[in-house]
Amino acid sequence: MAKSLFEKVWDTHAVRTLPNGQTQLFVGTHLIHEVTSPQAFGMLRDLGLKVLYPKRTFATVDHIVPTNERAEPFSDPLADAMIKELRKNCRDFDITFFDLNSGKQGIVHIVGPEQGITQPGMTIACGDSHTSTHGAFGAIAFGIGTSQVRDVLATQTMALSKMKVCRINVDGKLGRGVYAKDVILHIIRELGVNGGLGFAYEYGGEVFDRFTMEERMTVCNMSIEGGARCGYVNPDDTTFAYLKGRLYCPKGAEWNRAVERWRATASDPGCKYDKVVNIRGEDISPTVTWGINPGQAIFIHENLPEPDSLPEKDRSTAREAFTHMKLKPGQPIKGTKVDVVFIGSCTNGRLSDLQEVARLVKGHHVKAGVKAIVVPGSQGVSKLAEEMGLADTFREAGFEWRGAGCSMCLAMNPDKLIGDQLCASSSNRNFKGRQGSPTGRTILMSPAMVAAAAVTGVVSDAREVFKN
Amino acid sequence: MSLAKITSVTGRGVCVPGADIDTDRIIPARFMKCVTFDGLGEFAFYDERKKADGSDKPHPLNDPRFKGASILLSGSNFGCGSSREHAPQSLYRFGFRAVIAESFAEIFFGNSITLGMPCVTLPRAELQALAAVIEKDPKAEIVVEVQNRKVICAGKSYVAGLPHSAHEALITGKWDAIADLLEGLPEVARVAASLPYAI
Ligand code: SF4
Repeated sequence: MAKSLFEKVWDTHAVRTLPNGQTQLFVGTHLIHEVTSPQAFGMLRDLGLKVLYPKRTFATVDHIVPTNERAEPFSDPLADAMIKELRKNCRDFDITFFDLNSGKQGIVHIVGPEQGITQPGMTIACGDSHTSTHGAFGAIAFGIGTSQVRDVLATQTMALSKMKVCRINVDGKLGRGVYAKDVILHIIRELGVNGGLGFAYEYGGEVFDRFTMEERMTVCNMSIEGGARCGYVNPDDTTFAYLKGRLYCPKGAEWNRAVERWRATASDPGCKYDKVVNIRGEDISPTVTWGINPGQAIFIHENLPEPDSLPEKDRSTAREAFTHMKLKPGQPIKGTKVDVVFIGSCTNGRLSDLQEVARLVKGHHVKAGVKAIVVPGSQGVSKLAEEMGLADTFREAGFEWRGAGCSMCLAMNPDKLIGDQLCASSSNRNFKGRQGSPTGRTILMSPAMVAAAAVTGVVSDAREVFKN
Repeated sequence: MSLAKITSVTGRGVCVPGADIDTDRIIPARFMKCVTFDGLGEFAFYDERKKADGSDKPHPLNDPRFKGASILLSGSNFGCGSSREHAPQSLYRFGFRAVIAESFAEIFFGNSITLGMPCVTLPRAELQALAAVIEKDPKAEIVVEVQNRKVICAGKSYVAGLPHSAHEALITGKWDAIADLLEGLPEVARVAASLPYAI
């Protein structure tokens, strides 16, 4: 019988049915970071348990690392305690740790693919909701809570209810200046922030066939913002070409066998989906959020909605959003003044994102009064960007060039909004207070649109600002 | 590991209205700089409850009428956003023992059940009716009958939603999966050996 990738991967990793009806699912690859793992190790110690398969867990530090000065001890004693705790846990339990001096440190969802740890057909878990990113490789990858991090450390398994699968086709072509970020913002706008509840999203169609791995990662990353616990793209030649030669990937004859196996994990033609959604690439324009959840989004040339024109269930959140964002119904979003611009995060902090921004801003300058920071997603990205001269381009254009980490995506490090500053951000969440100030305001958009906001000082259409 | 069977939760309620209340609002990220969950209780809904200078804002959780409430009522898609277990941990440590909402985000729901904090759903109109009852009489007792999937308050009974696996886990005292998972270890070894990748 024809099966989807989701079903195949689920079946090969299902250990048994638990008494409550959930599945005990084997987690092939486990990623951890400093924020959600220390309590898990604490519980493990309390129960007198060990890490069952230490070679299946990899650790990095990303959320709390300062991006300007990296010397330890960090000036924030709590942050310093967290990195030390992770280092100790990795040492005590024999876990590979991409520490600050490894050259491999970075945001966990950028490091996994970059090092070739993320591979097709795997189950991957991490105590972080954006673990869905790894689905770009045809893995079933989901975020888990701290108790489940403990479960995976102790048993390499977790209790999970099987999801349904929703296939999302994006066919046709994307217009000039329309990026992967616009595709996912559009999908969330169309299906809603909880449209994916209980589903795994399988993304496909002509647009995804043409997408690079980095573009696929941007989309899968934000699956969780649409309520789907995981999202994936079937593995193909693009996937294999990206993985070839990466540190943790199979080599030699092993490689050929792996590719054959990976190819076979893709969804079979004619397999059944629980739901199918069709979207035309031509219908998508550069998209920006205006509210306090990622589904509150409009095309750049649209005006802000009137709350009363929205479906009844969305009205109260819309009113709350207008109050928080200090925006008015009916006005255009274009021209909204920005104070800060942020390029980075596990959504858009990869090399191709930085290349595109550098290409656009060359010969332009950040508008006076705007604070602009570029934060590479990993030390690997940082090194390449420096070698390629991208860092110089950013500095010449008036951006601050920082070290690798999560930075202003959630502001657990010193990079924060102040007061009600408005930030044009390439990250993934515009929740109230997300960027470090309870009254701070976030508008999500593609890196190119962030670049346009940087040089004009207002929310702008990148297609009009940059003619190239 | 034997845990208490959670068949019902009784207490007073408080309603934090709104849809899509995300985990950043339940516990702002800056309070996640910690290596244990102890002490997270005081930071539940911190930015909603406190002004920048630390003084109180008007908020249901600051309202003396609802002090000591142990059942939280809210709207749809409650707990969306990040996978941080810090969110249900902070609610639990604040004193909540059950949450009633129109719907829950998946990861938050799972994290809450693992703590032994039932999350049950009610249709919007009934939630509003229940909220109106406690607004009028903050001392009204609410019973979340996990076993029978019912919420009872002021002599009225509402049919609540709770998926089978969570229901089973709570009423049999197996809401923390670790004991069951450890029992499966021999089969885990078999699956580990059968997988084509080790990394
Ligand atoms: S970049 Fe942002 S969303 Fe991604 S892991 Fe870091 S904090 Fe989470």
